[in-house]
Amino acid sequence: MEDQDKHWLVRARTIRLLWIVQIVVLALTVLAQFVMPVKGHFEFDGSIGFNAWFGFLACAGMILFAKLLGMFLKRNDTYYDHDE
Amino acid sequence: MMNELLMHPGLWLVAAGLLLPLMPRSGRSALILLVPLAALWRLWTLPDSASAGIAFFDYELTLIHADALARIFGIIFTIMAFAGGLFALNQTNKAELPAALVYAGSAIGAALAGDLITLFIFWELMALGSTLVLWSAANRTAYAASKRYLAIHLLGGVILMAGIAGHVADTGSIAFTLMGADTLPHMLILAGFLINAGAPPLSAWLPDAYPEASWSGSVFLSAFTTKTAVYVLLRGFAGTDILIYIGLFMIFYGIVYALLENDMRRILAYSIVNQVGFMVVGAGIGTELAINGAASHAFAHIIYKALLLMSAGSVLLMTGRRKCSELGGLFQSMPLTCICGIIGALAISAFPFTSGFISKSMTAEAAAAGHMPWVWLGLAAASAGVFLHAGIKFPWFVFFQKDSGLRPPDPPWNMRLAMLLFAFLCVALGVWPEPLYALLPYPVDYVPYTASHVVAQLQLLLFSGLAFFVMLPWLKRTLTLTLDLDWFYRVAGYRIASAIIDGTSHAMDSVKNSVAEVSTHGAGRLHRLYSSKGILSSNWPTGSMVLWVAVFLALYLFVNYFGGR
Repeated sequence: MEDQDKHWLVRARTIRLLWIVQIVVLALTVLAQFVMPVKGHFEFDGSIGFNAWFGFLACAGMILFAKLLGMFLKRNDTYYDHDE
Repeated sequence: MMNELLMHPGLWLVAAGLLLPLMPRSGRSALILLVPLAALWRLWTLPDSASAGIAFFDYELTLIHADALARIFGIIFTIMAFAGGLFALNQTNKAELPAALVYAGSAIGAALAGDLITLFIFWELMALGSTLVLWSAANRTAYAASKRYLAIHLLGGVILMAGIAGHVADTGSIAFTLMGADTLPHMLILAGFLINAGAPPLSAWLPDAYPEASWSGSVFLSAFTTKTAVYVLLRGFAGTDILIYIGLFMIFYGIVYALLENDMRRILAYSIVNQVGFMVVGAGIGTELAINGAASHAFAHIIYKALLLMSAGSVLLMTGRRKCSELGGLFQSMPLTCICGIIGALAISAFPFTSGFISKSMTAEAAAAGHMPWVWLGLAAASAGVFLHAGIKFPWFVFFQKDSGLRPPDPPWNMRLAMLLFAFLCVALGVWPEPLYALLPYPVDYVPYTASHVVAQLQLLLFSGLAFFVMLPWLKRTLTLTLDLDWFYRVAGYRIASAIIDGTSHAMDSVKNSVAEVSTHGAGRLHRLYSSKGILSSNWPTGSMVLWVAVFLALYLFVNYFGGR
């Protein structure tokens, strides 16, 4: 399908724009901390960008762990068909 | 006694479920919608009270014991029964809705139960109702899953009953009060409760069974069993430390397995274990703030998880497909289902101005107030992970990603209305949390909307979203499933049983053969001994007989002499 025939939301231009908007919004959420400081519960969680890097790394860690677990535990999805 | 039975809102639903198959078609929809609304009214106006006891052998059963904790769970169960009924009005299977009403009614009965025997009766009725809901999907896979589901829940029931019997023997009381994992009977009760919560090691029953229900059945299943378990944990085991660790395990187990999953409804099923994990942590912390957090989270969760499953159920009904790898691009022709799914996804991720934001963070706040930095960090990582596996993964793979070319329309009006109602509640509770806070068991001294909280939460969630899109190639869907502990009873148990059966039949064969051999040979031998020329039927010479008698007498004398000394 040609790009202009696609739904406007999935055209290459829109997707590029969405990436730019996303990056700007991400930056703004970190910069907002200078105006509206995050009151942490502990010593570490009020620091600038804590939730940003912690959220990103936690997710990356979970994806990597899932990938690793999948190497051992993934099976074809017809695996259990014999007992149904 | 009649009054207790007649005024019990849970029994209204059970009765409606039993009457439903006898009703003419025209009256059925009215019954499905009006009875839960009447039960909602009854629960809303139910004062703190305990009904008069009903004699049961040597005990007095308290069918209705109402307080704030019982009421908030009862109320959300009736709201769920109403919206689920609305969504399922056009379900053609005749058994599902009656079973769902019995299931919902018994969950309300369990929430109102004032003693352990009443609780147990409703607990088991719930297992039967939910099994029938599952069974109504009327296909081979669902039937097989319903057998495994029932086996696990009956096991849970036996463990619970053993615990209750031990507790009654120890204390002489059947009252359902705060216990703690201090004695064997209490540990058994806790184990029985945890099995229904989807806790390890038996969590796999949930993602095994729920996705096999019909497009509407899984909506009902998502709500009652696990949340009743949360309720009884809050009432019976608040402050039991081990629940914090069990809950944290459930949280991460749910995320990791959901990340690996390809079936859209199984993603959401793993996500139930994940969300119930937050509530189990709340029960483990056990402070007033934590119990408020777990109860409000259960309330919000039932709504947004049902909404997500309604959205998935609509996709299943309209496309007949359930694998992410076969879906995608549906936003173009199912805009309402897509938007409602996204609202549910934002709510489960606790985005500001959704119900998850005002409920989930209370549990994390309780961990911080209890000076548990590791638990708090775990919950923060888990919040990020929820956005990852349910908040983005579900809508992305079902409604966006590659275009599957499918262009089904949105589902019928009643299903759209049910989704709109729950999407509205997700946002309304997020914007205006006070009515929910007013229902909570303890006074709420918690302000969710501070600039600090909103900024921190947005940072956490949006950067999780970035991780999803940056690592998208790693999350590409494959036609796979991931082995879970149910492997032990679906494959290992099957193999062991087959080996035992094979071994036994081999052993039986060899016994049969030896018997046959002995009898064949034995017959020949008997023939040789007793036939006309056989040694035992022929005449013996007298001399040889006397000789043998003399030999035996000498032997006897010898043995007797030495043996007698």
